[in-house]
Amino acid sequence: MNCLQRAKEKISSGARLERDDILALYEDNDLLYLAEAARHVKESKTGKKVFYTVNRHINLTNVCKANCPLCAYQCKSGSNRAFTLELDDVAKILSQVPSPQSLSEIHIVSSLHPTKDFAYYLDAVKLVKKILPHVGINAFTPVEVVNFSQISGQSVAAVLSELIGAGVTSLAGGGAEILSDRVREIICPKKCSAAQWLEVMRTAHRLGLRTNASMMFGHVETIAERVDHLLTLRKLQDETGGFVAMMLFPFHPANTELGKTFDLRGVGSWENLKMLALSRLTLDNFAHFKAFWVMLTLPIAQLALSFGADDLDGTLGEEKIIHAAGAKSSTAITRETLEKIISEVGYQPVERDSFYNEV
Amino acid sequence: MFVRGELERIERKVFSGERLTREDGELLFACKELSWLGALADYVRKKVCGERVYYNVNCHVNLTNICAARCKFCAFGRGEDDKGAYAMTIDDAIKLVTEASCDPHLTGLHIVSGLHPTWSFEHYLSFVETLHEKFPRLHIKGFTGVEVQHFANISGLSVEEVLLRLKSAGLETIAGGGAEILTDRVRNLLCSKKATADEWLNVARTAHKLAIKTNASMLYGHIETLAERVEHLIKLRTLQDETGGFQTFICFPFLPKNTALEKTIKQTTMWDDLKTMAISRLMLDNFPNIKAYWVMLTVPVAQVALSFGANDIDGTIHRENILHDAGATSPRALTEDEIIKIIREAGRVPCVTGGNQ
Repeated sequence: MNCLQRAKEKISSGARLERDDILALYEDNDLLYLAEAARHVKESKTGKKVFYTVNRHINLTNVCKANCPLCAYQCKSGSNRAFTLELDDVAKILSQVPSPQSLSEIHIVSSLHPTKDFAYYLDAVKLVKKILPHVGINAFTPVEVVNFSQISGQSVAAVLSELIGAGVTSLAGGGAEILSDRVREIICPKKCSAAQWLEVMRTAHRLGLRTNASMMFGHVETIAERVDHLLTLRKLQDETGGFVAMMLFPFHPANTELGKTFDLRGVGSWENLKMLALSRLTLDNFAHFKAFWVMLTLPIAQLALSFGADDLDGTLGEEKIIHAAGAKSSTAITRETLEKIISEVGYQPVERDSFYNEV
Repeated sequence: MFVRGELERIERKVFSGERLTREDGELLFACKELSWLGALADYVRKKVCGERVYYNVNCHVNLTNICAARCKFCAFGRGEDDKGAYAMTIDDAIKLVTEASCDPHLTGLHIVSGLHPTWSFEHYLSFVETLHEKFPRLHIKGFTGVEVQHFANISGLSVEEVLLRLKSAGLETIAGGGAEILTDRVRNLLCSKKATADEWLNVARTAHKLAIKTNASMLYGHIETLAERVEHLIKLRTLQDETGGFQTFICFPFLPKNTALEKTIKQTTMWDDLKTMAISRLMLDNFPNIKAYWVMLTVPVAQVALSFGANDIDGTIHRENILHDAGATSPRALTEDEIIKIIREAGRVPCVTGGNQ
């Protein structure tokens, strides 16, 4: 039996895929076989339900000392694009949320500001908690947590405990990019290492703080590095069970240094959907996969529901990070639109909180 | 692989090469099993046309947007005095094609236009003659069944005579548009002033008899029922059984923006687009080629459509007008390199055609 046949047999019997299996499936490039199998896995985990959340994104600042080549959002202080929200600004944004009672999550991710101290970030969380006590706060990626640890001189565990105390209810899944130091050296040399990213997640899970996970692909990584990334996440999930949902970020090259340097064009919808299905098949211990519509555009996000995704994420307010890199989707969407998109394809829309409890 | 009951029965039929019935087609439209449908269509595509994906390096020439028919689904047609109305002169057409010919790979022209209320058939014919004379290397595909019927009406010639004159002027293939939905109910409501369903089919039949290949299409996602989509496909299949003269079928999702239906009809979803593509491949078992027309589908959907039964992605186009008037968000042209990259990422073999498809 060749490698591909073995992989397909494992899928039929529900056995775990290993590195060679995944690479063989990638190579085979049978998009709809992968879709069928991934959809089957999705339905075995969450049936006909497709989740969404009513949330709001807050990006505290775009001034950054990491200046990763992959990023179109960050800028240096003094740039005419630079902004940094003070607490008053955050309060103002929150006071403008149209119906705060219907909100179930605030998502806060930001750049690594060169001079703001850890207290600044903590205060922002406390303010959100004070104004919207009923709302889940999904905030900060491990990259930011490592930065907090460095600027405050505290351990990662101590930083996480303080964040929990301030009101953070789950950590964001970003900043993973590709968990390979070879790749990170090229795309984000000043960001935390792969080992540090994983250590933050492990520690968070140990402290009972659940997190998401992600992969950014379609830049300088090899296919084997994508697969190893997925296997690394799967291994940690075996150990802790603390990951809630997985997201794939196709790299948007517009306005990035990385895009320019390597003349990157971004992957097509084929590759996007193929990676989604393949990731769903690989990460057999993850319950939820997001089709993040801001990145994919709504029509492709709808299509992704047939490739293993079970979550369209949220009705976010102004999204800045991906739009800086040329995303064409609109920046907000209504609950009605999300529900319609889900129902249209035969699934049942379910509004969720950060932990996929129905609300 | 993961379906039960009726769908399993249809799956067995497809695997054994048995023709699908009208009822099967309607069941497929009612089902929500998108990836299953795609995989089934992909199986047929592999069997019928292998791994090649066709594209062409072409230039669209829309001679005029002034149109006597003014169909409700059209954002391109205008009255003579309307803002944005235009009618090319022969020199304009030569200029456009000369510009497009800067690309040494250009192989074909695609000429479709409004039904100009005062132009004679001879005038239309003179464009073909001149372009053919000036650019003898270029394959000329042009005029839909609707235009050919219009030429017969205004010239008093038979459809056969019109086609013969077009052919001797240099036209090689008839375009696939104007089929819309081939039922009189839909046509009476949306496009009562142009060729009827029977007339459209008759033009195709006559062309095939004269050894002129034609394309076929379906404009869906407006007021038609799913049963009417199936009926449309079966009408095309029946004629293809008779003549074998259709080479490519193209699915056109209706784009409502700037049309008379804008307020009442919502644009189709990608899900519907891919489903319709797959069902077309499954129902049209005697058509060699199914085209994913990227202008209407958008590039991302057209790429994915390659695994839903499509084996053709149309062309570089040079400058698309008709659908961009209807709010198409895709680019107006693609480069050959872009098209090749789209096809390769899907693991298929790009293959340039002579512009006939």
